[in-house]
Amino acid sequence: MSSRPELQAPPEIFYNDVEARKYTSSSRIIEIQARITAKLSERAMELLALPDDGVPRLLLDIGCGSGLSGETLSENGHQWIGLDISQSMLDVALEREVEGDLLLSDMGQGLGFRPGVIDGAISISAVQWLCNADKSSHEPRLRLKAFFGSLYRCLARGARAVFQVYPENIAQRELILGFAMRAGFAGGVVVDFPHSTKIRKEYLVLTCGPSSISTALPNGKGEDGESVSDYDNSGDEENQTVCISDRHRPRKKMKITKKGKGREWVLKKKEQMRRKGNAVPLDTKFTARKRKARF
Amino acid sequence: MRLLTDYMLSSNIKGVTNGFPLRLEVEKSVEKEVDFNADFLKNMFPKIEWKALVDAFRSMGYTELPNEAESPMLDSKEFLKKFHHALLQLHLEEGALICPETGRRFPVSKGIPNMLLHEDEVFDEVYQIESQF
Repeated sequence: MSSRPELQAPPEIFYNDVEARKYTSSSRIIEIQARITAKLSERAMELLALPDDGVPRLLLDIGCGSGLSGETLSENGHQWIGLDISQSMLDVALEREVEGDLLLSDMGQGLGFRPGVIDGAISISAVQWLCNADKSSHEPRLRLKAFFGSLYRCLARGARAVFQVYPENIAQRELILGFAMRAGFAGGVVVDFPHSTKIRKEYLVLTCGPSSISTALPNGKGEDGESVSDYDNSGDEENQTVCISDRHRPRKKMKITKKGKGREWVLKKKEQMRRKGNAVPLDTKFTARKRKARF
Repeated sequence: MRLLTDYMLSSNIKGVTNGFPLRLEVEKSVEKEVDFNADFLKNMFPKIEWKALVDAFRSMGYTELPNEAESPMLDSKEFLKKFHHALLQLHLEEGALICPETGRRFPVSKGIPNMLLHEDEVFDEVYQIESQF
């Protein structure tokens, strides 16, 4: 059986009471989840690049689950609103007394927020769920479109959204990125440790609004094939950008009009027409001559 | 759920053009202590439509805020304290949010509003987005 939860059941069913209970009762899962999620969400915060002025912002945590990722936001002093589709996971979040507000909501139905009120969004390992059609009424393309469209509307101009995703394959990543671009976002994918299969992590870094200097993609970690085993000390490794795509790239320039065909070509054509027996004006000094500029 | 969150939500049922503000139906509310931060309030203030907010507070039974508010009032410590209390410390625990246009109820239990839509209510703006390309 596949180890990808996406292939096992829809999220609201996979994260049922039994699965959610593991997040409070199994010390192994608590430890692993807390460690990984904290690391991922710290990296996401780093990529979110909020202005460093100490002002708390209003952030979204999409697919917040038990609120582990939200804790990082609280630690950074921000107010946040968490969304998840699984009631069981939200109950766990309640038990853990997270500081943010929680909403039971399906991101594929669009986010019901007022325009321009959110200062940033993060999502840890959730967006790839949108690519699944778990009900007959689900159409992944429409759900992606609704999600990114509504997200674009509720974010303030210039705000960023950082999504850590586990795409199943390249096509899925392209699909997600494509819909983000179509909704109006600029940005791309940052890949940390691209040479490792185990700790390779992909982040979608999206900026709301037209591209500018501030939308330049940050660098991925561990790109140069350094030792990837010491993931913990990776903070100061040399970084490099991996891939970028941008919907605001200028189109191919139009061809500039050619000079024209010239007198020789016109004479040749006239000769051809004469041979065919057509009525053709005489060749004079005016044949194929350029008009004056004032014409 | 804090009133801040309620204030940020709008209904996204298919065909609803102005799903804001959601009316509150209060069965039980609680207060929780939250650290005071003036910067956050100043940051939020321009995003807020005062009248709708005051109405929401009224329905929670909190009437100490003035009917009108201007940005110079943000310098008053007393005003900020009340604003802070209303926005971040009042929690709706049990009740419902009601869409102003369709009257659809979004039940709130244990402080978590259920914003899941039925299949026939799902957002059809996706089709409008499609037509733009």
